[in-house]
This record gives sequence, C-alpha cells and structure tokens, in this order.
Amino acid sequence: MASSKNNTIKLKFDSARKYAPAPESRSAAKINARYDLFINGKFEKPLSKKYFGTISPSSEERLSEVADANAADVDKAVKAARQAYDRYWKKLSGAERGKYLYRIARMVQEKARELAIIESLNGGKPIRESRDFDVPTAANHFFYYAGWADKLEYAFPNRQAQPLGVAGQIIPWNFPLLMAAWKIAPALATGNTVVLKPAETTPLTALKLAEIIQEADLPPGVVNIITGAGATGAALVNHPGVDKIAFTGSTQVGKIIQNAIAGTPKKATLELGGKAANIIFDDAPLDQAVEGVINGIFFNQGHVCCAGSRLYVQESVFKQVVQKLKDRLETMIVGDPLDKNTDIGAINSKEQLNTINKYIKIGIKEGAEIYQSSAELPHKGFWCRPTLFTNVAQSNRIAQEEIFGPVLAIQSFRTDDEVIEKANNSPYGLSSGVWTDKGSKIFNLTTKLRSGVVWANTFNKFDPTSPFGGYKESGYGREGGLHGLNAYVKLV
Amino acid sequence: MRLEVLKTYKIYIGGKFPRTESGRYYIAENKKGDKLANVCLGSRKDFRDAVGAARTAFSDWASRAAFNRGQILYRIAEMLEGRKGQFIEELIKQDSSRVQAEKEVELSIERLIYYAGWCDKYQQVFSSVNPVASSHFNFSTPEPTGVVSIIAPQDSSLLGLVSVIAPIIVGGNTCVVLASSAKPLCAVTFAEVLHSSDVPGGVVNIITGKVPELLNWFSNHMDVNAIVYCANDKESIQKIQQNATLNMKRVLLWNHQQWPQLSSQSPYLICEAQEIKTTWHPIENIGGAKSGY
Repeated sequence: MASSKNNTIKLKFDSARKYAPAPESRSAAKINARYDLFINGKFEKPLSKKYFGTISPSSEERLSEVADANAADVDKAVKAARQAYDRYWKKLSGAERGKYLYRIARMVQEKARELAIIESLNGGKPIRESRDFDVPTAANHFFYYAGWADKLEYAFPNRQAQPLGVAGQIIPWNFPLLMAAWKIAPALATGNTVVLKPAETTPLTALKLAEIIQEADLPPGVVNIITGAGATGAALVNHPGVDKIAFTGSTQVGKIIQNAIAGTPKKATLELGGKAANIIFDDAPLDQAVEGVINGIFFNQGHVCCAGSRLYVQESVFKQVVQKLKDRLETMIVGDPLDKNTDIGAINSKEQLNTINKYIKIGIKEGAEIYQSSAELPHKGFWCRPTLFTNVAQSNRIAQEEIFGPVLAIQSFRTDDEVIEKANNSPYGLSSGVWTDKGSKIFNLTTKLRSGVVWANTFNKFDPTSPFGGYKESGYGREGGLHGLNAYVKLV
Repeated sequence: MRLEVLKTYKIYIGGKFPRTESGRYYIAENKKGDKLANVCLGSRKDFRDAVGAARTAFSDWASRAAFNRGQILYRIAEMLEGRKGQFIEELIKQDSSRVQAEKEVELSIERLIYYAGWCDKYQQVFSSVNPVASSHFNFSTPEPTGVVSIIAPQDSSLLGLVSVIAPIIVGGNTCVVLASSAKPLCAVTFAEVLHSSDVPGGVVNIITGKVPELLNWFSNHMDVNAIVYCANDKESIQKIQQNATLNMKRVLLWNHQQWPQLSSQSPYLICEAQEIKTTWHPIENIGGAKSGY
C-alpha cells in the first residue's frame, strides 16, 4: 500500500466520534441597537443623519446599526483631534500618556470575554481565535506601547522624537480590535491624537473600544472613532488637518491613498496585501510543517494579509505532503464561530465570499486541480470550504493575486535557488515561511526572501514587541516593536 | 607650447563608460560662458540600461560582508584623496574659488570615511532582539531596499553627489544617479574614482542629463525600489510621489539637507533606504520550562 510505504496511516473521519457543540454564550456581550460616532469623548449623532446595519456573517442576523460619517462628521472628528492635540495631549508628559494606555490595556483585559464574543459575532472568526489571539494580543499591544511613552529618548539614538500631530487611521475587517490597538497604541504613546475608522463590515469592537476609552477617562478628542465606508475613509485621507495616514488594507486602496496625498506634507504608513510563500524542504519535520501550513492559510479563514497562500514543496516529499494536507483538511471543523471547537468560521462578508468563489473558478479554469474538504456548511451565512489547488503554475492568477480566503495554491520545486526565485517572484513582500531542519539553510533563505517577516519552522506568529510590515508592494513602515514607534514621530 | 589633451565626459553604466545611446550631448558652461565640455545628454534608455545593471549588481553587493563594503568605501576615499588636484581644477572651472574647491573636495573625502565606518555598525544600532511572549527567537534587522534611483543635488558638483551616493551604497543598495546638470564634470570624474576603487560594476551608475526630461522615468520605473530627490520643487515632488505608487517605491526627500554641514551626514539616511526584516524561529521547551529571549 502506498500509504504504509510513506509511513502514514489513513485516518478515518467518518467514525462515530463527533464533537458535541460547545457554544460560547452570547449573554456575556452587550450590543446596543444603535451606535453613534465617538467624537470628542462623546457618542454623537452623525451630521449625515445616516446609519447602516451591521450583521453577523455566520447567520446574516442584524446585530446593530452604526452611523455613516460624511465629510462634515470627519471634519468634526479631525478638529476634535487637533484641539485635543494642541490644548492637552502634546503638553502631557510621556509618563501620564503611558498611564492612560495602561488603563486602556487593563480594561480590554477586563472585558476580554465580551470583546471576543462580539468580534466573532460581527466578523465571523472562530471564538477560539478571538479569545486566545485577537483580544489578548490587542491588550498586550496597549501594554507594550504604554511603557514606551516616557522612554522615547532611548528609542532614537542622538535624536529627539516629536509627535506628528493628528493621525488618520483606517483599518480592515480581518482583525478589527487588534488592528485598532496596533494603530492607536503607538500613536498615543508618541504623543499624537487619532481619528480611527474601522471597516464598514466590522465596526462593533472598535465602538466597544470607544466605550472603554471613555470609561478610561482619556481626555476628549485624543481618540475619535468614526464609522463609515470608503467615502468616509477618503474624506479622512483628504482632510487637510490630518498629519499622518496609517492604513491597513488592500494594495489597490493603498495606492489610491498614496496618490491622494502626493505633494502634501502628510506622512503615511501602509500595510498592504501579501501572497506569502511557505516553503517545505524535504528534510523538514513534515507533520509540524503540515500543521504550520494549515495554520498559515486557514487561520482566520485565510483573511490574513500575511497568510501563507502559496505553498512550495520540495519534489521528493511533494506527494506525501499533499496527502497529509488533504487528510488534515478533512479534520477541520467549519461552522459556528461561537463554537469553541470551530476551526474555520464564516467568511467576513458576502462580497468577500464572491471574491473567493471567483478565484476558485479562475483556478479551475486555469487548469489547476482543486481539492476541498467534505465539511458540511451551514445553510445561512457566508461559508467556504477549505480549499487546496495542485498542478498550479507560477503564472496562474491564484498563485499571483491575493485571494484573502481559505485557498492554498501548491507548487513543487527541486533546488534552493529555484524556490527562492519563485518565492520572490511576486509584487508583494509581506511574509514568508521556511520549513527545514537545517539551520544554515534557514539563514540563507531568510536573508534572500524579500519580505518583512520570515517565519522559520513556524507561521503566523505575532507579538507586540515584533515589528511587522512589508517590502515592495506590501507597503512601507512597521507596526509593533521599537521600529513601530518610527511611524508616528519626526526626528529632530 | 604643448596642446592640451581634452577629456571626453561619458556616462557610467555597469562598470563601463559608454556614450549615451541617444548620441545626444549638451554643452556644460561656467558662469562666464566658457565652454567646459560636450556632456552626454542621457536618455530614458540609458536609465533603463543602468537600472538593469544595478539590479544585476544588487544581490552580490547586498550579500558582501559589511566589513568588505566598509573597506571599499574607504578605498573610494583613498582614491579621491589621490586625485584631489583634478577635482579641485574641475570645481574651479565650474565657478568655485580655489578655497571653496579645496574645502569641497576635502569634505567629500571626510564624508566617505564617515560612511565607510558605518558599513558594519548601523545594523547593530538599528536592529533588535524582540522579547516575544512565546517560545521563539525573534530578531529584526535592516536589509537594503534594492535598486535606488537618485536625482543628485543640482547645485553641487561633487559634495552633494558623494553625500547622496554614500548612504545608499553603504546599506547594500545599488543605485542609478542623475548628476548635477549644470555642474556635471566632477560626477564623471568621480565615476572614474569608483571604477578604480573595487566598487563592483553596476553598484553605482552615473548618468548626465536634464532633470525635467528624466524625472518621470527615474520615478516610474517598476524595477526601482526607492528614489532620492534633493530639491524643493513642489510639482516635481508630487509627480515623484504619484509615480512611486505604481510599485510602492520608497520616496526619500532629502531636500532640507545642508550638504556642507556635518549634520547632513547621518545613519538615519542609511536607514531610509533599508527595510526592517523580522525573523522568527521556535525554541524547544525542555522539561516543560518555557524559554525565550
């Protein structure tokens, strides 16, 4: 038998062993029927007088409605931020700024369970991820930068760091609370004030964070959180009162933003798309590598800019790895994000599901071989089975373009040079992964892979102390760590 | 009286001194209107060839030992010292007084020595080992951005040129430089210095020509990773920043630098053409105890 030759046992997943449902209770989370804009320390009705609904992508149930900020609302928020900067925040000592951030960090921890439930409800991600990753990492981010606020003179040798002023921050829907923390914490620590716009499909945890900021008694206007869609973001980018744009999202929108601010004194950091190569050499511990690949592409339904969406497997272990991946795929539980056993939750929006399905069709049309798990999908909501493609060519669109979903394109390679060439053959350069037992090979590859993060024998790890950001068209600037401070200061 | 042998001022691409492919020239003059030379009027295609040469040279230059790059930078300074007289004469021809010219050449040499010393130090100053909460070894270190196009300061023949090239190549980048249009002589002679200093061909490519003609190509080429611009022209800055979005080029505006001053030499300029790379690797847990850095 071929399988015994490879020393693998064919697993049976159709046995009687099933996981009993283990749903997290929704009762621990309070969601208002309506949220206004958080401007100048208060929740204010939008001047636009417009609201839009926000749903749970796993059930299509309407959870709440949030204000749709127009240009006048943006102007109000930017003015509040400016006033707070001039009158208060820039004069406050670093130590006091830090204490506010510590307070926010603690409150995020105190409300961790509620935030996790709302994150999974509003965004569709498994509760295990929002509970164990998103929320604690967000709190840790505030803790980390809180400590920097009064120590900036140690971060920039022979220079003094000064704040930029008002930062306009636009964040995506894949890690709503965590991205808010990534943006707000370093901006405040360095003495800037903030207008933050969460993504239109996932506004709720950012608004919960607004409540926390209010409760923490942060001076009014230091953080303003306004909801809306692309037009709101555009108004924020183009507002002359904004000194700094921090954006996380697609490369396409990032380019529009850079174009819009060209010729202005606005500074920018852009965290854009990715198409990470995950490379398995034949001497790698294969089971670990397979776990890493699974985590690399299916973490958060593949809605991760640094997702390991291109897999390169050395030819001699190619068949074995693909078989192991297929077997592992079958064990993945797709379903209710609030169930603690769920591995893959709901796709964030109908629009995104359409994009993913479009790419799956393109992959098939291009001649790649598709493999999907046989997981049963719920009837309501937006779902996608974990998907593998083999027989992929480097030029295929599924190997070149960011899909932002649970879809993995697998290719084989023979030599080190070949795989370096293939891995770097992408306009993106956010992250990459290497799996091998040989340390010297790891360091050879890590210096040659043109990406901002390299995970060796691991994947999709994040930490507040660890700088994150891209090369090439994945954007510029770093978030996290000492280097993340750089994005929010001018050096004199 | 002996007839003077005039020098042909050519461009420098991939370690060679071709004439511009376009066959065009312009006349460099000083303020009095004396004709100094027929200088190559570089074209878009010259620039493309130069980017190709810079890209080819990049992987070797970036992977040189930092110590080796330092030695080569120091070697450039040595060669420049040896040819001081020639540069002083050229600067005088281009309207400097003798005192000014001597000062400019000396400052240029000092600047190269300043940056030579940084070659194997900026990484230590700007790297970090990051104390992550999980059992991983995690470190961040600067890496060169890649191929950098440079529009050199237009008011300075030598010092401006040296001051913008040095921080770029110290960091392992390769570059294509548009020399001062009005004062191009020293740039071409500096290419000869580079050529005799063990700088591999293609690491620095120098083109003479006109900024208005070439600015667009310098900023929109898809295989250029960053662009340095040193003037204050608002329209040009906007054009560069818009063109840069095509491939998310890094735009380095060094327009507030006073090149003769020591404050305009800084490891922060090196860092602007660097990317921070973060590497993770798990650490084994033995006996249940977590380990980390």
